[in-house]
Amino acid sequence: MSNKPNRKELLNRINVVSFAVDDVKLFLDTHPCDTEALAYFHEYSKLRNQAMHEYAKYYGPLTVDTTVESCSDRWNWINEPWPWQEGGC
Amino acid sequence: MWIYEKRLQYPVKITQTNPKLAQVIMSQFGGPDGELAASMRYLSQRYTMPYKEVTGILTDIGTEELAHMEIVSSIIYQLTKDLSIEEIEKYGFDKYYVDHTLGLWPQAAGGTPFTATYFQSKGDPITDLHEDMAAEQKARTTYDNILRLVKDPEIADPIRFLRAREVVHYQRFGESLRIVQDNLDSKNFYAFNPAFDTKSDCGCK
Repeated sequence: MSNKPNRKELLNRINVVSFAVDDVKLFLDTHPCDTEALAYFHEYSKLRNQAMHEYAKYYGPLTVDTTVESCSDRWNWINEPWPWQEGGC
Repeated sequence: MWIYEKRLQYPVKITQTNPKLAQVIMSQFGGPDGELAASMRYLSQRYTMPYKEVTGILTDIGTEELAHMEIVSSIIYQLTKDLSIEEIEKYGFDKYYVDHTLGLWPQAAGGTPFTATYFQSKGDPITDLHEDMAAEQKARTTYDNILRLVKDPEIADPIRFLRAREVVHYQRFGESLRIVQDNLDSKNFYAFNPAFDTKSDCGCK
Protein backbone atom coordinates (compact mmCIF):
# COMPACT_ATOMS: atom_id res chain seq x y z
CA MET A 1 0.00 0.00 0.00
CA SER A 2 2.96 2.33 -0.59
CA ASN A 3 0.97 4.34 -3.12
CA LYS A 4 -1.86 5.01 -0.66
CA PRO A 5 -2.50 8.77 -0.77
CA ASN A 6 -2.42 10.88 2.39
CA ARG A 7 -6.02 11.38 3.50
CA LYS A 8 -5.75 15.06 4.36
CA GLU A 9 -3.94 15.90 1.15
CA LEU A 10 -6.39 13.95 -0.98
CA LEU A 11 -9.36 15.60 0.71
CA ASN A 12 -7.80 19.00 0.24
CA ARG A 13 -7.33 18.22 -3.46
CA ILE A 14 -11.00 17.21 -3.71
CA ASN A 15 -12.03 20.49 -2.07
CA VAL A 16 -9.83 22.55 -4.38
CA VAL A 17 -10.81 20.94 -7.70
CA SER A 18 -14.49 20.72 -6.65
CA PHE A 19 -14.53 24.43 -5.90
CA ALA A 20 -13.07 25.17 -9.34
CA VAL A 21 -15.93 23.12 -10.82
CA ASP A 22 -18.55 24.86 -8.62
CA ASP A 23 -17.35 28.31 -9.59
CA VAL A 24 -16.91 27.81 -13.34
CA LYS A 25 -20.27 26.02 -13.47
CA LEU A 26 -22.02 29.24 -12.40
CA PHE A 27 -19.98 31.25 -14.92
CA LEU A 28 -20.93 28.83 -17.72
CA ASP A 29 -24.65 29.17 -16.87
CA THR A 30 -24.50 32.83 -17.92
CA HIS A 31 -21.69 32.38 -20.52
CA PRO A 32 -22.56 29.04 -22.17
CA CYS A 33 -20.48 29.74 -25.30
CA ASP A 34 -17.21 30.65 -23.54
CA THR A 35 -14.79 28.00 -24.89
CA GLU A 36 -12.02 28.87 -22.44
CA ALA A 37 -14.35 28.38 -19.47
CA LEU A 38 -15.68 25.17 -21.01
CA ALA A 39 -12.15 23.73 -21.36
CA TYR A 40 -11.42 24.75 -17.74
CA PHE A 41 -14.61 22.99 -16.61
CA HIS A 42 -13.69 19.74 -18.40
CA GLU A 43 -10.16 19.78 -17.01
CA TYR A 44 -11.25 20.19 -13.39
CA SER A 45 -14.32 18.00 -13.67
CA LYS A 46 -12.05 15.13 -14.76
CA LEU A 47 -9.63 15.76 -11.87
CA ARG A 48 -12.55 15.85 -9.46
CA ASN A 49 -13.97 12.53 -10.67
CA GLN A 50 -10.57 10.86 -10.37
CA ALA A 51 -10.01 12.19 -6.85
CA MET A 52 -13.52 11.19 -5.71
CA HIS A 53 -12.96 7.62 -6.89
CA GLU A 54 -9.50 7.51 -5.32
CA TYR A 55 -10.88 8.73 -1.99
CA ALA A 56 -13.66 6.12 -2.00
CA LYS A 57 -11.16 3.36 -2.71
CA TYR A 58 -8.96 4.14 0.31
CA TYR A 59 -11.12 6.06 2.78
CA GLY A 60 -14.78 5.31 2.06
CA PRO A 61 -17.39 6.89 -0.22
CA LEU A 62 -18.26 10.61 -0.24
CA THR A 63 -21.22 10.02 -2.58
CA VAL A 64 -23.54 7.07 -3.07
CA ASP A 65 -22.17 6.61 -6.60
CA THR A 66 -18.65 5.85 -5.35
CA THR A 67 -19.70 3.27 -2.73
CA VAL A 68 -18.70 0.47 -5.13
CA GLU A 69 -15.04 1.54 -4.92
CA SER A 70 -14.77 0.60 -1.26
CA CYS A 71 -15.32 -3.15 -1.40
CA SER A 72 -16.42 -4.43 1.96
CA ASP A 73 -19.12 -6.64 3.42
CA ARG A 74 -20.27 -3.68 5.52
CA TRP A 75 -22.29 -0.59 4.62
CA ASN A 76 -19.45 1.95 4.71
CA TRP A 77 -21.54 5.10 4.07
CA ILE A 78 -22.32 5.50 7.78
CA ASN A 79 -18.88 4.52 9.11
CA GLU A 80 -16.75 7.50 8.16
CA PRO A 81 -17.35 10.68 10.21
CA TRP A 82 -19.93 13.21 8.99
CA PRO A 83 -18.53 16.51 7.69
CA TRP A 84 -19.30 18.53 10.83
CA GLN A 85 -17.74 15.95 13.16
CA GLU A 86 -14.13 15.60 14.29
CA GLY A 87 -12.14 13.85 11.56
CA GLY A 88 -14.90 14.59 9.05
CA CYS A 89 -14.47 16.17 5.68
CA MET B 1 -33.40 15.49 -7.33
CA TRP B 2 -30.39 16.05 -5.14
CA ILE B 3 -27.44 13.82 -4.22
CA TYR B 4 -25.64 14.33 -0.92
CA GLU B 5 -21.86 14.68 -0.90
CA LYS B 6 -20.32 13.81 2.45
CA ARG B 7 -17.97 16.80 2.76
CA LEU B 8 -18.28 20.53 3.35
CA GLN B 9 -17.77 22.88 0.39
CA TYR B 10 -15.23 24.65 2.62
CA PRO B 11 -13.75 22.93 5.71
CA VAL B 12 -14.76 23.97 9.26
CA LYS B 13 -12.41 23.03 12.12
CA ILE B 14 -13.17 25.03 15.25
CA THR B 15 -11.41 23.87 18.41
CA GLN B 16 -12.69 26.51 20.90
CA THR B 17 -16.41 26.76 21.73
CA ASN B 18 -18.07 30.21 21.84
CA PRO B 19 -21.84 30.18 22.53
CA LYS B 20 -22.07 33.98 22.29
CA LEU B 21 -20.77 34.00 18.71
CA ALA B 22 -22.84 30.93 17.85
CA GLN B 23 -25.98 32.94 18.66
CA VAL B 24 -24.88 35.71 16.29
CA ILE B 25 -23.74 33.45 13.43
CA MET B 26 -27.04 31.53 13.72
CA SER B 27 -28.67 34.41 11.82
CA GLN B 28 -26.96 33.16 8.66
CA PHE B 29 -28.71 29.80 9.16
CA GLY B 30 -32.30 30.88 9.88
CA GLY B 31 -32.26 34.69 9.82
CA PRO B 32 -33.71 37.20 7.30
CA ASP B 33 -30.59 37.19 5.06
CA GLY B 34 -29.45 33.68 5.88
CA GLU B 35 -28.52 30.72 3.71
CA LEU B 36 -31.80 28.82 4.23
CA ALA B 37 -33.84 31.79 2.96
CA ALA B 38 -31.39 32.21 0.06
CA SER B 39 -31.71 28.60 -1.05
CA MET B 40 -35.51 28.54 -0.76
CA ARG B 41 -35.77 31.85 -2.65
CA TYR B 42 -33.80 30.70 -5.71
CA LEU B 43 -35.15 27.15 -5.79
CA SER B 44 -38.72 28.51 -5.61
CA GLN B 45 -38.22 31.22 -8.24
CA ARG B 46 -36.70 28.97 -10.94
CA TYR B 47 -39.90 27.22 -12.09
CA THR B 48 -41.41 30.22 -13.85
CA MET B 49 -38.09 31.62 -15.14
CA PRO B 50 -38.44 31.61 -18.96
CA TYR B 51 -34.71 31.84 -19.89
CA LYS B 52 -32.59 28.71 -19.67
CA GLU B 53 -29.39 30.47 -18.54
CA VAL B 54 -31.25 32.01 -15.60
CA THR B 55 -33.12 28.79 -14.70
CA GLY B 56 -29.65 27.20 -14.57
CA ILE B 57 -28.17 29.90 -12.36
CA LEU B 58 -31.14 29.80 -9.93
CA THR B 59 -30.83 26.00 -9.68
CA ASP B 60 -27.06 25.97 -9.22
CA ILE B 61 -26.84 28.92 -6.80
CA GLY B 62 -29.88 27.59 -4.88
CA THR B 63 -28.00 24.29 -4.55
CA GLU B 64 -24.76 25.99 -3.45
CA GLU B 65 -26.73 27.86 -0.76
CA LEU B 66 -27.71 24.48 0.74
CA ALA B 67 -23.99 23.70 0.99
CA HIS B 68 -23.48 27.10 2.66
CA MET B 69 -26.27 26.34 5.13
CA GLU B 70 -24.33 23.18 6.02
CA ILE B 71 -21.13 25.21 6.56
CA VAL B 72 -22.93 27.71 8.83
CA SER B 73 -24.63 24.85 10.71
CA SER B 74 -21.27 23.12 11.22
CA ILE B 75 -19.83 26.35 12.62
CA ILE B 76 -22.74 26.66 15.09
CA TYR B 77 -22.48 22.97 16.04
CA GLN B 78 -18.75 23.21 16.73
CA LEU B 79 -19.13 26.50 18.64
CA THR B 80 -21.68 24.92 21.02
CA LYS B 81 -20.41 21.31 21.18
CA ASP B 82 -20.43 19.73 24.68
CA LEU B 83 -21.18 23.02 26.48
CA SER B 84 -21.57 22.69 30.23
CA ILE B 85 -24.62 24.14 31.98
CA GLU B 86 -22.28 26.69 33.63
CA GLU B 87 -21.02 27.88 30.22
CA ILE B 88 -24.60 28.00 28.89
CA GLU B 89 -25.60 30.31 31.76
CA LYS B 90 -22.42 32.41 31.71
CA TYR B 91 -22.60 33.24 27.97
CA GLY B 92 -26.36 33.84 27.78
CA PHE B 93 -27.14 30.70 25.78
CA ASP B 94 -29.87 29.72 28.27
CA LYS B 95 -32.78 31.17 26.26
CA TYR B 96 -31.87 29.05 23.23
CA TYR B 97 -30.97 26.03 25.36
CA VAL B 98 -34.35 25.84 27.09
CA ASP B 99 -36.17 25.17 23.79
CA HIS B 100 -33.53 23.35 21.72
CA THR B 101 -30.84 22.08 24.15
CA LEU B 102 -27.78 22.01 21.81
CA GLY B 103 -29.81 21.04 18.72
CA LEU B 104 -29.67 23.14 15.55
CA TRP B 105 -32.83 25.15 14.77
CA PRO B 106 -33.21 27.92 12.18
CA GLN B 107 -33.75 31.29 13.86
CA ALA B 108 -32.40 34.84 13.61
CA ALA B 109 -29.81 36.09 16.11
CA GLY B 110 -32.61 37.87 18.03
CA GLY B 111 -34.61 34.63 18.38
CA THR B 112 -37.23 35.16 15.64
CA PRO B 113 -38.01 31.81 14.00
CA PHE B 114 -37.26 31.21 10.32
CA THR B 115 -40.18 32.19 8.09
CA ALA B 116 -40.91 32.08 4.35
CA THR B 117 -41.73 35.81 4.60
CA TYR B 118 -37.93 36.40 4.54
CA PHE B 119 -38.03 35.93 0.77
CA GLN B 120 -40.26 36.49 -2.21
CA SER B 121 -41.05 34.52 -5.34
CA LYS B 122 -42.91 37.08 -7.43
CA GLY B 123 -43.20 35.29 -10.76
CA ASP B 124 -41.69 38.23 -12.65
CA PRO B 125 -38.07 37.71 -13.79
CA ILE B 126 -37.03 41.38 -13.41
CA THR B 127 -38.56 41.65 -9.94
CA ASP B 128 -37.14 38.30 -8.78
CA LEU B 129 -33.62 39.05 -10.02
CA HIS B 130 -33.58 42.46 -8.33
CA GLU B 131 -34.58 40.70 -5.11
CA ASP B 132 -31.81 38.14 -5.65
CA MET B 133 -29.12 40.81 -6.18
CA ALA B 134 -30.30 42.66 -3.07
CA ALA B 135 -30.33 39.40 -1.11
CA GLU B 136 -26.69 38.68 -1.98
CA GLN B 137 -25.67 42.18 -0.84
CA LYS B 138 -27.66 41.85 2.40
CA ALA B 139 -25.96 38.51 3.12
CA ARG B 140 -22.57 40.10 2.33
CA THR B 141 -23.28 42.92 4.81
CA THR B 142 -24.29 40.38 7.46
CA TYR B 143 -21.02 38.46 6.99
CA ASP B 144 -19.11 41.77 7.22
CA ASN B 145 -20.95 42.51 10.49
CA ILE B 146 -20.10 39.03 11.79
CA LEU B 147 -16.43 39.43 10.83
CA ARG B 148 -16.20 42.60 12.98
CA LEU B 149 -17.23 40.49 15.99
CA VAL B 150 -15.01 37.47 15.25
CA LYS B 151 -11.42 37.40 16.54
CA ASP B 152 -10.72 33.65 16.22
CA PRO B 153 -9.13 32.86 12.80
CA GLU B 154 -10.66 29.35 12.89
CA ILE B 155 -14.12 30.98 12.72
CA ALA B 156 -13.21 33.93 10.48
CA ASP B 157 -11.73 31.72 7.73
CA PRO B 158 -14.94 29.91 6.61
CA ILE B 159 -16.96 33.13 7.16
CA ARG B 160 -14.65 34.93 4.70
CA PHE B 161 -15.20 32.15 2.15
CA LEU B 162 -18.99 32.53 2.49
CA ARG B 163 -18.72 36.31 2.16
CA ALA B 164 -16.72 35.97 -1.06
CA ARG B 165 -19.36 33.67 -2.55
CA GLU B 166 -22.06 36.35 -1.99
CA VAL B 167 -20.02 38.70 -4.17
CA VAL B 168 -19.70 36.08 -6.95
CA HIS B 169 -23.41 35.23 -6.79
CA TYR B 170 -24.28 38.93 -7.03
CA GLN B 171 -22.18 39.11 -10.19
CA ARG B 172 -23.93 36.08 -11.76
CA PHE B 173 -27.39 37.49 -10.91
CA GLY B 174 -26.36 40.80 -12.49
CA GLU B 175 -25.52 38.93 -15.70
CA SER B 176 -28.82 37.07 -15.42
CA LEU B 177 -30.73 40.35 -15.21
CA ARG B 178 -28.91 41.53 -18.33
CA ILE B 179 -29.92 38.31 -20.16
CA VAL B 180 -33.57 38.91 -19.18
CA GLN B 181 -33.45 42.55 -20.33
CA ASP B 182 -31.82 41.58 -23.64
CA ASN B 183 -34.89 39.45 -24.31
CA LEU B 184 -37.38 42.25 -23.58
CA ASP B 185 -38.57 45.36 -25.36
CA SER B 186 -35.52 47.63 -25.03
CA LYS B 187 -37.74 50.74 -25.00
CA ASN B 188 -39.79 49.44 -22.08
CA PHE B 189 -38.56 46.51 -19.97
CA TYR B 190 -41.91 46.48 -18.19
CA ALA B 191 -44.09 46.27 -21.31
CA PHE B 192 -44.88 42.69 -20.40
CA ASN B 193 -43.98 40.01 -17.85
CA PRO B 194 -42.27 37.23 -19.84
CA ALA B 195 -43.28 34.69 -17.21
CA PHE B 196 -46.99 35.57 -17.48
CA ASP B 197 -47.97 37.58 -20.57
CA THR B 198 -47.47 34.73 -23.02
CA LYS B 199 -49.30 36.52 -25.84
CA SER B 200 -46.30 38.81 -26.30
CA ASP B 201 -43.64 37.64 -28.71
CA CYS B 202 -40.64 37.63 -26.40
CA GLY B 203 -38.67 35.14 -28.53
CA CYS B 204 -37.86 33.15 -25.43
CA LYS B 205 -40.12 30.14 -25.66
